[in-house]
Amino acid sequence: MAENQATLADLLVAACADVWRNDPEWLATGITPIPRLGASLAKLSLNPRLMITDGENMFLEEPAPIGPRDDGPVAEGWAPYARTFDNLWGGRRHALVAPVQLDRFGQANISVIGDYAAPKAALLGARGFPGNSISHPNSYFFPQHNRRALVEGEVDFVCSAGYNPVRWPHGKIPHRLELRRIVTNLCVMDFGGPGNAIRLVSLHPGVPLDEVRDNTGFDVVVEEGAIAETAIPDAAALAIIRRLDPHDIRASLIKGNPPAVRAA
Amino acid sequence: MLDKRMPLDAVVAELRDGMTIAIGGWATRRKPMALVRAIARSGLKDLTVIAYGGPDVGLLAASGKIRQLIFAFVSMDQIPIEPHFKASRQAGMQVWEMDEGMLHWGLRAAAMHLPFLPTRVGIGTAIADDPRFRTVTSPYDDGETLIAMPALRPDVALLHVHRSDEKGNVLTLSPDPFFDELMARAADRTFVTAERIVPTAELGLPGNARHHLVERSLITGVAEVPFGAHPTSAAPDYQIDMAHLRAYAAAEGDAWAAYRDRYVDADHAAYIAAVGGAEAIRAVPAPVY
Repeated sequence: MAENQATLADLLVAACADVWRNDPEWLATGITPIPRLGASLAKLSLNPRLMITDGENMFLEEPAPIGPRDDGPVAEGWAPYARTFDNLWGGRRHALVAPVQLDRFGQANISVIGDYAAPKAALLGARGFPGNSISHPNSYFFPQHNRRALVEGEVDFVCSAGYNPVRWPHGKIPHRLELRRIVTNLCVMDFGGPGNAIRLVSLHPGVPLDEVRDNTGFDVVVEEGAIAETAIPDAAALAIIRRLDPHDIRASLIKGNPPAVRAA
Repeated sequence: MLDKRMPLDAVVAELRDGMTIAIGGWATRRKPMALVRAIARSGLKDLTVIAYGGPDVGLLAASGKIRQLIFAFVSMDQIPIEPHFKASRQAGMQVWEMDEGMLHWGLRAAAMHLPFLPTRVGIGTAIADDPRFRTVTSPYDDGETLIAMPALRPDVALLHVHRSDEKGNVLTLSPDPFFDELMARAADRTFVTAERIVPTAELGLPGNARHHLVERSLITGVAEVPFGAHPTSAAPDYQIDMAHLRAYAAAEGDAWAAYRDRYVDADHAAYIAAVGGAEAIRAVPAPVY
């Protein structure tokens, strides 16, 4: 592989960045390294208006590289948790998070796998997912697109609201529920199908449609006509990604660290 | 003259079986861990714990102290899954799970002596299926259905602060105060451990005004416990000891007894020696996010 060629991890960072392309001046939150690199890339290329934090309690003027670094980034504001809640309840944020499970309604789970009272696996707990989901736009990232992650039926514990009217009081859509996009290691999807059904936006280069279908627990809407291919990051984007992740942490996050264009 | 100073074990002696205890801090930051270990050593049982949880919850769970956990998460940041919480949760520990903001709202309702505060948070999720949550209809023209987040009223709040005077004027010097203030306002009584107890003039007020957590009338007792948050951080005085948290996380199953023997069944001085001493704690580097 030539030195300047993009990896799948690079492509995923760029696909994550794209979710914030047209956002207004508000907080871009990317949880786990690839979404976080995406938010940083978005701020440095597509949308300089975005605000980002250090993952702790400061807004940063410029995104900080991930992993060990020499210089402390320049803070431009204070973001303690109380303010983070006030900000998100005010709707001025778009989060891209990495749940353990997602269902056809866009409902996500990070709490437990299996029976709620005595789970097979206890994970984190619902965290801020419920509040995020009805306060501001949300997108989702899955480094491993399979039927354990993109499940048949409902997720084991619905931590964030989705397009499932059965769970809405009086069938009325929650105030600010807005699910934007799903980025996986196989494709990009959105909620643009009939009744907010999950719809294919693009396949990553070389990924066959059947692989997406075989690895998804629900039907994905595929519109008629040619299927788009996810864009490969250009040289400028790649340079930013490498600067943001100088230790190549992203290479360890996608199994086998394959190239962006899958070998035929 | 008000003097609220007391030894660590005297704080534990104020607690009773079955109490509801709010523990301050957030995940791996500014947890009153010396107090948590002292509770783990005590005969207390059947506690209901309210926390933005980290190793405080895991350690009490592993020690069999928790009857019910009221929580939104338990995590140690770079170690996302808290193994001792995980084991207890999978073994059927009673929980009342909610969003981080609902926990905030429940404490705020209690702090304001309100029965509940309305919120949209939880709507559309399985959290709302829990019968302990009820809904309320907006009496205004919008008629919206909201969750009536009930007040969460702890018997006691336990917090770790950087500085206190003997009257209970407390400062938290770290960059995020978390929700410790609301815990103090919601609880019947609040006990704090402090890195240092200093003369009032040395609190640095009014310059440090933004760090003054809450008025002293809410503080019942103060125990001076240097490094009392270790292995969690009390930045800027010291940082999260990830190496120790990894050892704690690895002490699962049969390995727990050895961890407990060395680090829990030891008084605070012995604990500090076991983790390498004061200089080693001060030398732990800040985490990189």
